[in-house]
Amino acid sequence: MTTLSVSGLNVWFSTEDGPLHALKDVTFDIPERRIVGIVGESGCGKSTLINAILGLLADNGEIRNGEILFEGQSDLTKLTRREMQDLRGPRISTVFQDPMGALNPVLSVGEQMINIQYRSGQSKAEKAARAIEMLKLVRIPDADSALNRYPHQFSGGMKQRIAIAMSLMMEPALLIADEPTTALDATLEVATIELLQDLQEQIGCSVMFISHHLGVIAELCQDVVVMYAGEVVERGTVRDVFHDPRHPYTRRLLECDPARQTERTRVLPTIPGEIPDLRHRPEGCVFAPRCLERHPGCDMAQSERMVAPGHAARCNLVDQSAAEGESA
Amino acid sequence: MSDDPILSVDDVQVSFPVGGLASRSAILGVAGVSFQVRPGETFALVGESGSGKTTLARAINGLQEISAGSITFEGGRIDRLGKREMKPIRKRMSMMFQDPVGSLSPRMTVGDLVTEPYRIHGSDGRDLRAETERLLSLVGLPANFASRYPHQLSGGQARRVGVARAIALDPALVIADEPTAGLDVSVQGEVLNLLNDLRERLGLAMVIITHNLHVVHHVADRTAVMYLGRFVEKGETEAMFSAPCHPYTAALLSANPEPDPDKVHDRITLPAEVPSLLSRPSGCEFHTRCPWAQETCKTVPPPPGDVTCHFPLAPGARPPELESAR
Amino acid sequence: MSEAASNPPAAARSELWKSFRRLLREPLGVFGLSLVVLVILAAVFADVLTQWDPTRINPRDRFLGPSGEHLLGTDQLGRDLFARVLHGGRIALYVALVSTAISLAIGIVLGLIAGYGPRWLDNLMILLFDATKSFPTVMLALALVTIVGPSLTAVVVVVIIVNVPGYARIIRTQTIAIKSSEFVTAAQSMGASNARILGVHIMPNVIGPLVILASMDIPVVIAIEAGMSFLGLGVRPPTPSWGSILNDGFSQIRDTAWIAIAGGLPIIITTLGFTFLGETLRDVFDPRLKGR
Repeated sequence: MTTLSVSGLNVWFSTEDGPLHALKDVTFDIPERRIVGIVGESGCGKSTLINAILGLLADNGEIRNGEILFEGQSDLTKLTRREMQDLRGPRISTVFQDPMGALNPVLSVGEQMINIQYRSGQSKAEKAARAIEMLKLVRIPDADSALNRYPHQFSGGMKQRIAIAMSLMMEPALLIADEPTTALDATLEVATIELLQDLQEQIGCSVMFISHHLGVIAELCQDVVVMYAGEVVERGTVRDVFHDPRHPYTRRLLECDPARQTERTRVLPTIPGEIPDLRHRPEGCVFAPRCLERHPGCDMAQSERMVAPGHAARCNLVDQSAAEGESA
Repeated sequence: MSDDPILSVDDVQVSFPVGGLASRSAILGVAGVSFQVRPGETFALVGESGSGKTTLARAINGLQEISAGSITFEGGRIDRLGKREMKPIRKRMSMMFQDPVGSLSPRMTVGDLVTEPYRIHGSDGRDLRAETERLLSLVGLPANFASRYPHQLSGGQARRVGVARAIALDPALVIADEPTAGLDVSVQGEVLNLLNDLRERLGLAMVIITHNLHVVHHVADRTAVMYLGRFVEKGETEAMFSAPCHPYTAALLSANPEPDPDKVHDRITLPAEVPSLLSRPSGCEFHTRCPWAQETCKTVPPPPGDVTCHFPLAPGARPPELESAR
Repeated sequence: MSEAASNPPAAARSELWKSFRRLLREPLGVFGLSLVVLVILAAVFADVLTQWDPTRINPRDRFLGPSGEHLLGTDQLGRDLFARVLHGGRIALYVALVSTAISLAIGIVLGLIAGYGPRWLDNLMILLFDATKSFPTVMLALALVTIVGPSLTAVVVVVIIVNVPGYARIIRTQTIAIKSSEFVTAAQSMGASNARILGVHIMPNVIGPLVILASMDIPVVIAIEAGMSFLGLGVRPPTPSWGSILNDGFSQIRDTAWIAIAGGLPIIITTLGFTFLGETLRDVFDPRLKGR
């Protein structure tokens, strides 16, 4: 079963300077028990996507068409505010870059972890035991006494781990993790990734992991969705996409990753140019203005093309190279 | 180019008072650090949050008082200078701050921002409009950007404006605090290329502060790794990357996820959390997290030197538990 | 996220124009703006709008009701009330604008110094602000008038003393919030003088909310002027002021209600106008509502 299936999602914002097409025909799946990475640079629409899924779009935002199917049955775009509220938390939970967004500074960690179990119907002692169990799972030392401490008494890495513990406490079907390791130092980042991996296996949930860090995606995720300017430009398994990137944007992004540059160089690769103004999307391929492989065919609107089963890219070069491959 | 250092930092300490009136004490944010930067050289300070690298940079720039040691710039002591005596130094040494957009005054245009140094130090009869164009073209921005406001810039563009402002007065030394922070990967390269290029063209010396080792690799001639306000390792960047001697450096280097799903990571995982500056560990301060720590490390401080470790690593050393697992 | 980085190079003027357009979309704002414009125009063109001299006494025409000749009737001395209301508006607006401008200038300077200066100075200034603020306005007015006698200047001074502590406090708080931001540190690192940091880098970023607050304070100022004139502490007869018209109206209220209405109505209109305008301006400029 597919935990989350987004298809043909279009989100528009009305702005003073005209309508803005923030997400265009976004389609991807998050299969059960898989970790799917969403990669993209600023302005690619990651935040809009999260908000659309959670039903938290700003007032001037609107889902024009498309559906977001959760666990094969409920279309999240059609749920009422109330129904959505019941899903958020127990079924779909979130972890953000800043753990303090999830932690209340004036309540002890224990109180907060007990409070979020308000639906469970257990006794307070049982809830506290569950909280301690979760804290142990995220490797908080001295979990029993940690319950009585306040968020500011923990280091940044521990706060993020507590936030992760809280988000997984209700054993959600889907965890949306929005750059949860970006604010952490390198040594803590890898520790947190390893922890997330373990927890996901134990709880058996699906994870939508948003990051701009390709290395983290490669290590943690099984599938990857590459976004650019509000469109999915390429998607597939991490292995397919990272070993055989078919969209020029994906290729350039991978080249730019500093970790790929193992040799010392004074000239690092870059992607010149800026993302287009989403109020005036280019007629054809959205990446064409910055693409080195641009040719006349790019002036037409691009549809998603299959490269291989489960690997798709929104680029007309895919057909060409496929044709070349056949003729060769 | 002479070999006399342009900047010399000698055993500098920065302490911060903590606690209330009853239990007043001080913590050492920077606990005795020495290094030199020669003209035209790029020196990198690497460390994780709380390691004291930004405090040290601010101390060099005279924004933070030091509690011990000395800082010499172009042959003269600059620590403990008053505001007025420091002003001429500021023409020769500029600083770039972390937040590309946030370090630009929000109500000033790009044109006013890049020529702000002239307004402070006098323009010496320069035509500010021409100067704006020159500076913008040096950092690769079109001249019409002069009328934009910071909030109308992308992170990369804002960073370029910051660079233009930092080099406006033709300084001898530029201190860059996290020059790639908050920038997309495709833009990080642009900024580093720009810094490298300007350094060569203008003969700048640079001190780059970062937590990102990749940045260091491509721009720095020499690198120092900071931990709890001290250097644990200092040396040529190339050598450090190929054969780190301090366990902390080795751990940092191994903690870099690469965009290759099939890569086998034999990673040095650091157990435990970073200790608090309020209660520094005894002996070698890294021993609480060091996979190689021995009994000596818990009690005896490591000998001073470029690598402050009792047992510097042999090239390619693996942590004991990984070693035994093989 | 939704904001694309590549806006066309829009200058600050178009920012202001956008805010103005947003203002025009708010019915309450348009209503407030119309009232304010009406009051200003009436005061400016007082001489054109009526032929009557507001101070000319005409005992034969006392207590006349509204008519084509005297639009709002006449008072107990036979003066044309419409002319007095229009000219009284000049006084009210003059006091409001002059005293608000001076209060703003003093408040901004004191607030910047308190917020950016050393801790002891800040504490001292806060003490002074609070001490001044705790003084009741009426007592302050009485004390001042006892010393210098009733005059327009006395009104202006009272308003300044009443307004400055609040303005200074707002600027101080904003300054403290902003002084550790990176662009201020950057200015320090470039060697900018304190005056330059305060004037060029901090002030433009802290005065916005204050200007809006001050526009909402204008009715209060007008009320102070009217109140002091009503009590005989402000504008002296025969100069027309809404407060003194109101005072006349009260003493004559058994004979005719017109005078009190003529004095009260402009105060109500102006108060409503500036309040609606100020509140809409606050919403229009609120960064949280902006640009999304």
